[in-house]
Amino acid sequence: MAGASGASGVSGDGTASGRGTGLQVTRYILRRLLAIAATVIVAVYIAVLIANMGGYVDEIRHAQIQERVAAQVAADEELMELPSERRAELMEEMVGREVTRRGLDQAFMIRSFRYLGNALTLNLGRSHEMTSDSGSRLVRLIILERLAPTLLLFATAELGLFGIAVFVALFLSRRYGSKLDRLFVALAPTSAAPSWFYGIFLILIFSALLGWLPFGGMVAAPAPDNPLLYAASVLRHLVLPVSAIIISAVFLAVYSWRTFFLIYSSEDYVELAKAKGLSSTVIERRYILRPTLPTIITSFMLSIIGLWTGAIVLERVFNWPGIGTVTVEAINLYDTPVILGTVIVYAYLLGITVFVLDFLYAVVDPRIKVGLAGERS
Amino acid sequence: MISVRGLVTEIRRYPSAIAGLLLILVFLALALYSLLTLPREQAIQLWRGGAVWHDSPRNARPIWYNALPGTNLPQTLVLDSERDPEVKEQREINDDHNEISIVFEFEYDHDGFPPELNLFMRAQYDTRRPFATVRWVTPDERSFSILQGGLEREHTVRIDQLDRLRRELDDLRPSIGLFRDPDSDPDAPEPLHGTYRLEIEGVAFEADSDIEARFVRYGQVHGVAGTDHVRRGIAVALLYGTRPALAFGILAAVGSSVSTLILAAVGAWYRGRLDAILQRLTEVNMVLPLLPILVMVGTLYSRSLWVMLGIVVLFGIFSAGIKTYRAMFLQIRELPYIEAARAYGAGNARIVFRYMIPKVLPTLIPSFVTVIPTFVFLEATLAMLGLGDPVLPTWGKVLEDAYRNGALYHGQYSWVLLPSALLILTGLGFAMFGFALDRIFNPRLRER
Repeated sequence: MAGASGASGVSGDGTASGRGTGLQVTRYILRRLLAIAATVIVAVYIAVLIANMGGYVDEIRHAQIQERVAAQVAADEELMELPSERRAELMEEMVGREVTRRGLDQAFMIRSFRYLGNALTLNLGRSHEMTSDSGSRLVRLIILERLAPTLLLFATAELGLFGIAVFVALFLSRRYGSKLDRLFVALAPTSAAPSWFYGIFLILIFSALLGWLPFGGMVAAPAPDNPLLYAASVLRHLVLPVSAIIISAVFLAVYSWRTFFLIYSSEDYVELAKAKGLSSTVIERRYILRPTLPTIITSFMLSIIGLWTGAIVLERVFNWPGIGTVTVEAINLYDTPVILGTVIVYAYLLGITVFVLDFLYAVVDPRIKVGLAGERS
Repeated sequence: MISVRGLVTEIRRYPSAIAGLLLILVFLALALYSLLTLPREQAIQLWRGGAVWHDSPRNARPIWYNALPGTNLPQTLVLDSERDPEVKEQREINDDHNEISIVFEFEYDHDGFPPELNLFMRAQYDTRRPFATVRWVTPDERSFSILQGGLEREHTVRIDQLDRLRRELDDLRPSIGLFRDPDSDPDAPEPLHGTYRLEIEGVAFEADSDIEARFVRYGQVHGVAGTDHVRRGIAVALLYGTRPALAFGILAAVGSSVSTLILAAVGAWYRGRLDAILQRLTEVNMVLPLLPILVMVGTLYSRSLWVMLGIVVLFGIFSAGIKTYRAMFLQIRELPYIEAARAYGAGNARIVFRYMIPKVLPTLIPSFVTVIPTFVFLEATLAMLGLGDPVLPTWGKVLEDAYRNGALYHGQYSWVLLPSALLILTGLGFAMFGFALDRIFNPRLRER
């Protein structure tokens, strides 16, 4: 609401010059980017370590080498003419050479860093069973092809959640103690349940009982050719899952943000603004929302991180063709490379979420512009 | 600090706290009841399914469904000649030649039809199999032959699968056809009310040879909570599930919040490198996707609820709460009473555990109670992913079964609604209580 335009006004009166401000923000963002990149790398490394406690990454690598050697032998006519025992022996030898060449017989600590590099580039080899929509068995393709639906669902829901929650919280802080306010306070505990839980009920009501909206999926079964109709169909399918995410988080967000707004609206400078006769819209935007936005963004970030977790099952409940559904399919097929891949992709997604919110934080927090706040509490 | 008595008066001012506390107590009582009546081994055995559930129908609704006005669906009826010896008559023709007659008689006054009919017969013999004729007699004295032939030792007649009988009944499923009012339209059959008889006439050809029979007329409603697709009574899982749900929720909350608190206190007290390491670990933990990691552990290593609990606690230690607590401890360590403790020579451990931690415990309690539902639902979330505990019946697993078998499409709403209701009520109980405690312990947020 109070966007970057308001922010530049503030810094204009500040001590730092315009160029200095830009530099401060860039430095802050770069520092955060480095810090988050480092945390993502450590997180992925931990995931690789957990996966390889039982030697699963080693297994994936070995399977890959064996497959390649087998293909190589099959393509070589000279080798194919050899008796089968001799051929098997030769293959064994080739596999052994390849294992040494790739350093798979080295100590685990050394290998683990190479695995880390592969994991970070999602170079996870081939899946056991699953194929991507385009028919490939590369883990990277299987997962990345499903990224767009997940991002569509999640970004829509997050933007909706943020907008609705800020709007309603401001509205309620004005009508503190009203029936509606007390209703939201009373409903705050319902956020204990994750989004998929509400999804089941939304399906029950709007699909099973009323038949207004589809049970699941992303588009109608024969997908419409007309792009407009296609978009409309996707929108229809988006309504229930997005509502489920919003319902699962909105009451708690409204409750806690309204409390922030209430605390800040009793500050002296707000009283002064009121005494000056400023309109309530201006007071809300400049005097209440501005100073609380950094805190709100931090609390929003924590809620989003929690929501990612619920979204995996939400996708299964709505049969949404995203990464959550890939995860479930991989579990059912016991496809370990794909499961490891989803862990890494989710680590990336969380890292990106944190970074985007850090960026917003830098935009709305004037202290960063003048170089006062490097670390947030 | 607020005294216990003061706390009680405070809590009584919040109706939501009382409601929450009542819900918590109800579930604790339910857990205690299941502890006394349903031992773990028995619950696991029952949930494994199989022969234990022979006498219960598939996908039945709960029995209280019939309390709805205008609903009178058939219930399960079991008639057993062993349990009820007066239905059986035995006449000795000569030394090794018996005639046995078993007549089951029952009233049928329900709406709709039973989903299934089975006749389980047991014959006792050495070499010569007894012979039996089974006939179905309707209230208007029409009769249908169910079986005619020799009996195995365990002889099961699945009446719905008798094709000959089906053809005789206008190609209707026998469990419908046998109860149909012959005047009603076969496309919209109506049941004929009255007394039905199942007559079994047996001839045994050995001195000790005998026949027993058990007739099961399955119901559309069965048990306190209905049954699932493999005839298991859902009530078993709902009752037993209270225990893992509460145990998982409370232990995970205790484990992660207490360890978080201790680490935050230690970090704030010693400062320096230790503190820095804890801070970085918290940041790493923020981008570690907990659920996918649990999925990975579940598929690669173990799906046991207790392994999951351990990992949840381990990752919960470095949760975002550590920063909040650390900020508090940084203020506390500068307070005069800590200086006093140091002056009299208290050691580091004593200061951390006896002076610093007790000071923030009041703030811990509300957040600890509020976080319990998250973990209760986490168990359900894992189960929904197909990673529920392999043996224990839990609420999440019931929900997962229901979902997997399309309960919502088939209108078996109670199968979904009952575990959901238990989950949300537990969640609400702890959340409402925790929210109220938060307002009591942290007066800054209290309503002005």
